[in-house]
Amino acid sequence: MEITARGLWTMIHGMGFGALYLMACSGALVELFLHYRKPLGPEILIENEKFLGIYLTVMTVLAWLTVLTGAYIIYPWYRATPPPGAASLAAFPQRLLMSSPSTIAWHSIGMEWKEHVAWLVPISITMATAVLLRYRRNLTQQPELRAAVLGFMGISLLAAGIAGFFGAMLNKNAPVQGGTTIHIVRGEQP
Amino acid sequence: MTNGAGAAAVLAAGIGSFLVAVFAILADQVASIKSLMNFYKPTGPLSGVTTCAIVAWLASWAILHRRWKWRNVAAGRVTAAAFVLLFLALLLTFPPIADLF
Repeated sequence: MEITARGLWTMIHGMGFGALYLMACSGALVELFLHYRKPLGPEILIENEKFLGIYLTVMTVLAWLTVLTGAYIIYPWYRATPPPGAASLAAFPQRLLMSSPSTIAWHSIGMEWKEHVAWLVPISITMATAVLLRYRRNLTQQPELRAAVLGFMGISLLAAGIAGFFGAMLNKNAPVQGGTTIHIVRGEQP
Repeated sequence: MTNGAGAAAVLAAGIGSFLVAVFAILADQVASIKSLMNFYKPTGPLSGVTTCAIVAWLASWAILHRRWKWRNVAAGRVTAAAFVLLFLALLLTFPPIADLF
């Protein structure tokens, strides 16, 4: 069982930071919705407030790590230009997708949307975290701000879902591969 | 506790999101801007598009925060404006819509 360095980075970006953000976001939305509504919401304990602050801060770090590793580590491998007369496009995912009418839309719609819409995620979650850390339980007294935090986090979940879906499909159709091969475990001979 | 600081963060996030889409369209449609946005060659114009949008977002946040932090503002209107900007960002980053410009 082995994996290439580029494959490993793609996994860290998508299945590590990105997928973790997606899972954390749905939990945070439920927590914020249930505990920061007034007068129906239950009393907010100081420990819960602290925990949610840390939780959103971690989500913010995850969101930034996802877009930064995507844009500055994986995307350059994805869009690399093959040398003239290259026999195979396997190491050049963008060109591989663009070489066939049946896969070109994965790049022209999928990647083109993903590479931009993903940046709405860290912007939204940074704002949500900053507002929550500033107002804490007083957010229950600010219904418009609370609605903004929930709305932006909802859109961040949608944007992260779009980016995650296209990331998975792009990697399925033209995987980012290459670099050093890392041996994970050796299998037994049949 | 005033709502100004929170409203500043919300509106700035809307502005930043919208600018991601605007800069992406400009870099896609105007050759000179595309070349200007090429901050980091391996990443291409995406590096400039996102860096400019983030700098503009943080700058607008700092300016709005400074002006509003001690005030109560019309948070409903500010939030509505931020949602419109965010929704437009979502639409304008979708390539079939972005290509209409």
